[in-house]
Amino acid sequence: MKKRMFVVLALMFVIPGLLFTASCAKKAVKSDAAVAAPSDDAAKKAAAEKAREEELARQKALEEARLKEEAAKREAMAARNKFMNENVYFAFDSSALDATAQNVLKDKAAWMKANPKEAVIIEGHCDERGTVAYNLALGERRAVACKNFLVNMGIPAASMTTVSYGKERPVDPGHNEQAWAKNRRAHFVIK
Amino acid sequence: MILHVLRTLQLTVACYCVITCSFFTLSQAAGKYDYIDISNPQMKKIPVAVPEFKPLTGNSMEGTISGLGAREISDALEFTGYFRSLDKGSFLVDPRQADPAMPQFKAWTTTGADFLVTGAVMVNDTNLDLELRFFDTYKERLLLGKKYSGHIDDRRRMVKRFCSEIMKLLFGNAGLFESQIVFVSSAGPGKKEIFLSDFDGSSPKQITHNGSVNLSPALSPDGQHVAYTSYAAGKPDLYIQHIASQKAVLVDQKGIGISPSWVPGRNELAASLSFSGDPDIYLLTINGKIINKIVDNPGIDISPSFSPDGKKMAFVSKRAGSPQVYIQDLGSGRVDRLTFEGNNNTQPDWSPKGDKIAYTSLAKGLFQIMVIGVDGKGLAQLTYDGDNESPSWSPDGSMIVFSSTREGPSKIYVMTAYGTDQRRIVDLAGQQSEPKWSPSSAN
Repeated sequence: MKKRMFVVLALMFVIPGLLFTASCAKKAVKSDAAVAAPSDDAAKKAAAEKAREEELARQKALEEARLKEEAAKREAMAARNKFMNENVYFAFDSSALDATAQNVLKDKAAWMKANPKEAVIIEGHCDERGTVAYNLALGERRAVACKNFLVNMGIPAASMTTVSYGKERPVDPGHNEQAWAKNRRAHFVIK
Repeated sequence: MILHVLRTLQLTVACYCVITCSFFTLSQAAGKYDYIDISNPQMKKIPVAVPEFKPLTGNSMEGTISGLGAREISDALEFTGYFRSLDKGSFLVDPRQADPAMPQFKAWTTTGADFLVTGAVMVNDTNLDLELRFFDTYKERLLLGKKYSGHIDDRRRMVKRFCSEIMKLLFGNAGLFESQIVFVSSAGPGKKEIFLSDFDGSSPKQITHNGSVNLSPALSPDGQHVAYTSYAAGKPDLYIQHIASQKAVLVDQKGIGISPSWVPGRNELAASLSFSGDPDIYLLTINGKIINKIVDNPGIDISPSFSPDGKKMAFVSKRAGSPQVYIQDLGSGRVDRLTFEGNNNTQPDWSPKGDKIAYTSLAKGLFQIMVIGVDGKGLAQLTYDGDNESPSWSPDGSMIVFSSTREGPSKIYVMTAYGTDQRRIVDLAGQQSEPKWSPSSAN
């Protein structure tokens, strides 16, 4: 009983004492930092500051890298979509590649060089006029003309197969020159 | 004034008499029975009377067959475009009373018939005996008399055979009524199957069932096989199918396999294959093995069609810069260009008579059927309305089947060899195209 009371009394003195010590100590540091040259605590703060800055920089770099990566992905996706959506067009009853067609094929070649592991199917199509057999043959000539052009640009022949759809798969079912022009095409599909 | 009119009438009647008489005099002079000259495009249709047949025993089926059989003969003869079948309402004779072997010719010439068909029917259980006779009413002569015995279900075959005999007698043509037409029918985009029908487009039956795009069918001379192009394996390949068993052989080559066409009378066919880099024409066995290369030329060479003696072959080549029809002598290898009019001439089909080739030509922005002599002379345009493609001769050379968009969707039509009597024949939903007439399967 007496012992316990003593302990409690002691604690009652000790705890406030500790508290005072702490605040006193703080006050002591503050006043010191405000007035005098950097002490250990100041250095710690600077270090923390620097660490934060570095962390920020690192985060920023990561973010930039991420954004760059996403942009690259988008670009790659766009290039891929362009590869698949941009067709080569032909004049009626012809498999000749005009200047526009050749430019489109040059873009295709660039993509294939950037993606050497990809295999591609080149489809040849015709407009609805003309007979079934003739259009099957003409469609094939169109696909092969594109393939030969790309081979000449250095794309390995083995990465490309051709297939003719003749007039069997028009994109535009219309019966006018506008529709026909859209249907006379070579279309690229990534396998 | 009246005298003047009478005079004119008299002259007119006299002229008609002269024409009729000379026609028959010529026929007489020519011998047994002269063929009617159908190379005259001005020829009027031949009036023929086909009364109902005479039932012989009173069996109930005989009545049905009497009407049905007569109608079938009437339809078949009219189908050729050369005959006009007279309206039964104008007949003066009751076929149930008359003797089918001894007609009252004057009664028939009075109704305007040049020819008469009579029939007598006897049915015994499922056995059918059909007696058919063909008369020249003006000459009062029996030209053909046949008796057919068989199963009651064979009626249509008997009818067709008799009509074939008439065609052979009058025109020197055989095989029309036993023939079949093969064609493509499309129920929707991406779906084209091959169908087979009778000579007149009736009873169409689907013969491919792969759910893919099937094109350019061609029937073999033995009537048992059909060759065609199909995307069943993902690219346009040539197949040769046994129709009854549905078993198909794939001609397994790179590139395209298109425009098959059989050698007359043989189980061999020509087709265009592009595995060498460009489409050339090869001769193949019925099992799809290459026998030899017929046309070896850079660029497009497709669509073969053989002469009836198999010694020459018409085909399409772009060697001169635009698709044109050429003829190759298979013995010497010599190639001559046939078409010089127009810059898009394709789909040649050699007439089984050997003298003409029908083909498709782009004229004023539309496709039309043309016929030209194999010597390059006598070019004639046969169609004018809509897009008309894919001409194919009947096995007797008297008619041409083709596809036409004149009504909107593509449908199957026939016409005579001179372009007369153009009419639709196949009744199916959707669009039909690429018809090809079979060689006759008459036996």
